[in-house]
Formats: sequence, structure tokens, C-alpha cells
Amino acid sequence: MPAVLQHSFFMTQRHLRALLRQPAWIVVTLVQPVMWLLLFGALFKSIVNLPGFSSDNYADFLTPGIVVMTALFSAGWAGMGILQDYERGILDRFLTTPSSRVALLAGPLVQQSIVTVVQSLIIIGLGLAVAGASFPGGVPGALVTIIAAILLGMAIGALSNALALVVRKEETVIATVTSLTLPLSFLSGTFMDLNLAPAWIADVAKFNPLQWAVVAGREALTQADPDWGVVFSRLGLLALLLVGCFAVATRAFRAYQRAA
Amino acid sequence: MNAAIEAESLVKTYPGDVRALDGVSFGVPAGTIFGLLGPNGAGKSTTVKILTTLARADSGVARVAGHDVVREPVAVRRAIGVVGQKNAVDREATGRENLLLQGRLFGLRGAELRRRVDDLLERFSLADAADRFVKGWSGGMQRRLDVALGLVTRPQVLFLDEPTTGLDPEVRVAMWDEISALAREEGLTILLTTHYLEEADQLASQLAIVDRGRIVAEGSPEQLKAELRGDAINVELDADGVGGGALQDVLARVDGVREIVLEGRVLRARADQGARAVPAVLAALESEGVPVAAVTVARASLDDVYLRYTGRSFGEADEGSAPESPELTTAGGR
Repeated sequence: MPAVLQHSFFMTQRHLRALLRQPAWIVVTLVQPVMWLLLFGALFKSIVNLPGFSSDNYADFLTPGIVVMTALFSAGWAGMGILQDYERGILDRFLTTPSSRVALLAGPLVQQSIVTVVQSLIIIGLGLAVAGASFPGGVPGALVTIIAAILLGMAIGALSNALALVVRKEETVIATVTSLTLPLSFLSGTFMDLNLAPAWIADVAKFNPLQWAVVAGREALTQADPDWGVVFSRLGLLALLLVGCFAVATRAFRAYQRAA
Repeated sequence: MNAAIEAESLVKTYPGDVRALDGVSFGVPAGTIFGLLGPNGAGKSTTVKILTTLARADSGVARVAGHDVVREPVAVRRAIGVVGQKNAVDREATGRENLLLQGRLFGLRGAELRRRVDDLLERFSLADAADRFVKGWSGGMQRRLDVALGLVTRPQVLFLDEPTTGLDPEVRVAMWDEISALAREEGLTILLTTHYLEEADQLASQLAIVDRGRIVAEGSPEQLKAELRGDAINVELDADGVGGGALQDVLARVDGVREIVLEGRVLRARADQGARAVPAVLAALESEGVPVAAVTVARASLDDVYLRYTGRSFGEADEGSAPESPELTTAGGR
């Protein structure tokens, strides 16, 4: 096995172990999405009665959006993990070993993806069992939604790491993440059918990675006969984004070395 | 003799035109302990960062274990162990897990790795706590684990960046013994940075005094001290505002007394036979009506060497120094 895979595995193991030692964390990160799904979903239940709304059950419509939005929100904080390692000197210790640089980024991102799978399954399950959704897309639909959430989460996570490596200040990472994630959510079709939204929001959403993930997940999960062209084009865009963000993050290590 | 570390004209400037290194050159023969001594901000840590591939010099060349740090960083990393200023241990993991991961990153596996980890835990008296989470360990134990992490793969060159900063005096002395033993038994080359004169004197066979990004003196502690002939006389005056120039003239007339410096209320001078010169010094001061609070006579110490080469005493330089590198200002120092 090449060193980069081995090292990524060791780093994933390190982060996963730390997470499993505080399993309460997974529950904590689920509080917000559950609020959106169950409370916001109930509050805006009648929105589907608006003429032109493309779904007749808001829970169906909302659940895939909440899955990918949750992945986006947790991914934004990825940089805080690398910052903590930086502040404790652990990052520098790893950087002076022959460890692959890619593994230092990939480890936490793979761990985060595993968390995303667990969270997504729970949210989809709650959507079905509590919110009253039904998903004609079945297992393949759920799989697509989860893949979209993972691709989006890893891309944003890589970007968050890059930001952390460059600014090396918790405050800056927190400010950036909090000021970007909500606007990204409202400039997408996560909560609202974009056919009924102002045209400019629909236009902006076309370039919003969250929207790509929402479209792929919603199409695959809520349609009995999904338009796979739509699904795979969005997954393709997300994959491209991931490659780009990962390249940025590995470059950030070089900037870190220059400034160190 | 084989040089384990060679640094040639290293220059490093941080954003905002902070010149951390201003042409640092030195060599460390294999199997020796070399000390970089200087106050905070002198450029010690920056030098270590460049030699351990963490930072890149603006200009200059450095080789560690025969490999160029810029062109062959991976070969350098395979050959070195690095113990930084902070306890760079993973507090959420056990001591054993910390060591196992570090070993794996160097390619150690299976029984060989487990044996090495057991040995290190034993050697640093951490075996009993090995499977407990590090966050529950004392500072001294965490520091020992940090050093053990730097040794997992039997490095050729070990970098110890202020290994005893923040440790209790007893723990510090124990750490010195451990470092000396390591160098003796494993034939390690060690580069040690410190701002404790005592530590450098105790451990290093060769020393370089770093001040404001430059090396101002180099040699063995004995050589450096021998350059200062005789003893140091420190006279603590009882009053402020004593005319410095006049006092120095008075003392200069005393036979065998030289290198007279007045720093605040402390008058420093050197004499071949310190004890013999004291009565004459006191008499001279009394004749000028200068009250004296205390007098000490000491053999030359590295503090005196530092004073001689930088024109400042060590404690003074340490207080008024610039931060070592930019991030320390944001992280709140150490």
C-alpha cells in the first residue's frame, strides 16, 4: 500500500478514536439539523400549497437538503481541528516526520465523512419515521444523497483547513465560517422551491455547491424515476470542486512553511 | 570529523521586515551536543525550524545528516527527531497511542514497533501510565513523552528546542541527566536551544551565542569562559543616580581591575584575583562617598560571556526582546 494511503489511514484512526471517546459530540451536532427538520419543517408545512411548488410534502422536499446542509455546517469547522493541533505543536511534530502531507489533511476529512454517513442516515431515518416523509428513490436515492453530502463536506472541509493554515487564528476561522454557511443555505433551494424564489437567488444558486448537492440528493431521493443526468452532472461538479479544494489545501501547507 | 549539521549564512525575514536570522553559520560534529544560547527572539527557534524543514530560509544552505533541508526534506525528516517548545502530545490519546502513531509515520510496524514503544515507556518511567489518557498526566510526564516521541525511530540528529522551559527545577535536572545519558549511550547528535545559561553550560560541548539573528560567539563553554580572564566582581550600590562615568574612572585606578560596566545600580568589573581586589575596590568607592549594599565575587560564568559579546546582561536582553516569530505574538507567547 502506498505511504499516502497508510498514513491517511493512521490519521483517520487517530481522529476517529478521539471522536468515539466523546460520542456525545455526534448527538450535539445533530441538534441543529433535527430542529430544522422537525420544527422548521412543521412550521412551514403548508408551503407546499403555494401554486407552483414542485412537491406536495414538505418533509420529502426538506430532508435531502438538511442532510447536505448538515454536512456543510460540520465541514466548515474542520479547520478548528487543525488549528488545535497547530497550537499544541502537534502539527509541527507531524510535519517533521516523513508523514505524507496529504494524509494530514485526508485523515480528519475521512473521519468527518464517516460522521456524515452516520448523521445522514439518522436524518433520513427521522425524516421517514417522524416528519412523515416518503422517499420513492429508495436506497439508491439515499446513497446518492449521502455521496453528495460527503463530496460537499470534504471540499468545504479542505477549504476550511486551508484557511486555518493560512490565517492561524481561531477567531478568523469562526468569523468566516459563521458568515458564510447561513448565506450559502439561504442562497440555495434547501428550504424553498427556487421556481418560487426571486430570479436573482435562483441565478446565484446555480453556482452554489450546496445547491448542487441539494439538487442531486433531492432528485435521487424523492423521484421514483430520477433524471440521472441531473444527478450525475451535480455529483461531477462536486467532485471537481473537491479536487480543486484539496489542491488549495495542499498549497496552504507550502504557505505555512514559508511563514513559519 | 563528520558534520551532522551544517548551516551556512542562513537568512530569514518575516513579514513586516522582521529579520529573524541575519546570516547564521555553524557546524555540529556528529555525536556531540551543540547548544544555541540566546534570549527569546534571538533566532534560535527560527534556526531549528529551518533545520527541521518546518520553515524555509530566504537564503543560505543547510544540511542535516548529509541531506540538504530544501532539496531532500524527506531524507532529513527520516534522520531527525524533533522536540519542540510545546508539549506536542495528543492529549486525547494514551501515551502508548502517541508513540505508536509516531513510529508508524516513520514506517515502523508490528513487533519491532511495539518493542521500541515499550522500551521508551520504560526508559522515561512512563510504563505505568502508558495506557491512560495523556490529558491526565503531569507536565513533567508530558514533557518526557514529548522527548520519547522524538526518539521513536532512533534519529541520527535530535533537536531539542528549549527542552526544560516551564519545568520545575528538580524535573529540569532530571531531564538534563536524561539528555546526557541519551547522547552518551545512543551516540546521538543533539542540537539544543536554551535560554538557560546553566543548561547550556551543563549539557553542551560546543556553544554558539545567538543575539539578534547573529552568532556573536562560538566555542566550548570552557573556551568561552576562559576568554574572560579572572573573576567577576559585582558591586550593588545603595543609591540611584550615581555618576557612571566618574565611578568607572575611580575603579579604573584600582590595580588589576578592568572591564568596568555600570548597569543601573550594579557595577560589574573583572579582576585576575577577585577576592584580593575587593578591599581596594571598596576603599575607592568609600573615598568617593558611594554607599555599597553588597559585593559578590564569582568565577566567570556564561552570563559574563554573554554580557561581553552583546553588551547586555542576559536577563535584561530576555525582557526587552522582540518575539521570536510572528505567530507567537498572536498565540500569546509561550
